[in-house]
Amino acid sequence: MANNFKPNIIGFLCNWCSYAAADLAGSSKLEVPATLTTIRVMCSSRVDPVHIISAYLQGADGVLIAGCHPGDCHYQTGNYYTRRRFALLHKIMETFKLDPERFRLSWISASEGKRFSEVTKEFAEHIEKLGPNPLKNKPFIE
Amino acid sequence: MKSFKIPKSPDDTVKDILLFLLKNEKVGSIFALSKVHNNNHAYTLITDKELLSNITPTYPLMLANAGKMISRLTMIEAVKSPVAVVLRPCELRALFELVKLEQAKLDNLLFVSFTCGGVFPIKTKKDGLENKLKEYWENVKTGEDFQELRESCRICENFVPDNADIILQLAGNDTNTGTSVLIKTEKGAGFLEGIRDQFDEGSLESTTLDTIRGKRKERKQKTFADLKTEDFGIEGLINIFGRCINCHACSKACPACYCKLCYFESADSESDPSTFEIELKKRKAIRLPADTVFYHLGRLTHVGFTCVGCGMCSDVCPTNIPVSTIFSKVSERIQKAFEYTPGKDLEEKVPMSIFEMKEFEDVED
Ligand code: SF4
Ligand code: SF4
Ligand code: SF4
Ligand code: FES
Repeated sequence: MANNFKPNIIGFLCNWCSYAAADLAGSSKLEVPATLTTIRVMCSSRVDPVHIISAYLQGADGVLIAGCHPGDCHYQTGNYYTRRRFALLHKIMETFKLDPERFRLSWISASEGKRFSEVTKEFAEHIEKLGPNPLKNKPFIE
Repeated sequence: MKSFKIPKSPDDTVKDILLFLLKNEKVGSIFALSKVHNNNHAYTLITDKELLSNITPTYPLMLANAGKMISRLTMIEAVKSPVAVVLRPCELRALFELVKLEQAKLDNLLFVSFTCGGVFPIKTKKDGLENKLKEYWENVKTGEDFQELRESCRICENFVPDNADIILQLAGNDTNTGTSVLIKTEKGAGFLEGIRDQFDEGSLESTTLDTIRGKRKERKQKTFADLKTEDFGIEGLINIFGRCINCHACSKACPACYCKLCYFESADSESDPSTFEIELKKRKAIRLPADTVFYHLGRLTHVGFTCVGCGMCSDVCPTNIPVSTIFSKVSERIQKAFEYTPGKDLEEKVPMSIFEMKEFEDVED
């Protein structure tokens, strides 16, 4: 099981930076894990912690939120709020011993195709090591 | 701080003050808990002096968080003529949060509150409560823990209403021979001008209050530790919310939950047949009603900054889930991390409306 575990990773990518970086990674023929399912959002701050919790409870093995570097948000300050929301989520997860390690917040600019490839590969490896989200196939949940 | 003593019970003392305010047309109406229809209690708005005899402002029962009620009253516009509002410390803190969240307006409100001895759970039988009142007041005086009270009150450290204009000294005070009243603010002094020729000096600080605070804090730490959320994982969460019927009463009663359309009641969160099918494919069996743990985790992300530990949520839960203990514990941690104290200072911005350029570097890369 552990060997052929193919994680299911959700990536919320901000349209202006990280999504463009994903494009760039593609056109530069850089490797991006096939286990990443991307969801494009107009700004990383569009991601409500509720979306992350929902993905986690529905069995996502990892959730990546990626946006513009602080200071570079297309809407000036969106990503500063993203970071606050993410820190809030972390506190809640920690208090309930709920695997904050399955979540990652990364800043990846439009020109950082290489960084996009590295971050996603690294995260996928990390999740593979963690193993499947124990909630995935559990009966009587949700 | 100016103070004076009225040789009457706490309720009668409040009545005297309110009567003075009404008679002298300093306020147009009163917001307070009253006895209505055969020994039932409810928050009321009163303009008639005669009906003041009905109020029972220190009766230890909280049927709704008054902060939420005042928000309903002032959401669209501030009240036009002054209202004297009698409420408990956690209700006032909730109201301050709602003002910051633009759900209420403070103009023309005068706040009368008291060092609070706590309230009984709403589910306490009427007669039962009446029979326990004597013991209740004895415990208010000594500050002894009283098992029959709301859990949230037994662990409440913030029972001094720092932001009230006029404060009655109840907790830690003997009110058998009279009730001391402190005038905390300039505004309070303005409204009470003429109620006495002379005032004494009083203070909100006392070793008795410190002792009560210390005891409640100790109890809180123990209660929070006993919850053992650190060992929960998903199993623990499912376990503690296992009897949740998803009625959302906890959110309806919560002053911090102010959304007109709650996400968890919106079409967005409706599970349609295809959702169930997908879930069933994965899990082979699902629990219904669905999304209970999701609801609680989600609600925590919404109220974590604002939760004032009032205990309404636990009190209205039909299945006796210790909602407020869990929410207070998690919220305390969140509030610490964001260095925020809800309901304390109107100038202190709510955490989701501000940020620092550099912060929480451990959660980003
Ligand atoms: S939570 Fe504190 S302030 Fe609120 S009713 Fe209980 S003791 Fe009073
Ligand atoms: S979550 Fe519970 S304790 Fe906290 S403010 Fe809401 S009703 Fe009060
Ligand atoms: S009041 Fe109790 S049963 Fe109802 S939603 Fe809240 S926790 Fe669940
Ligand atoms: S637009 Fe990219 S993070 Fe806001």
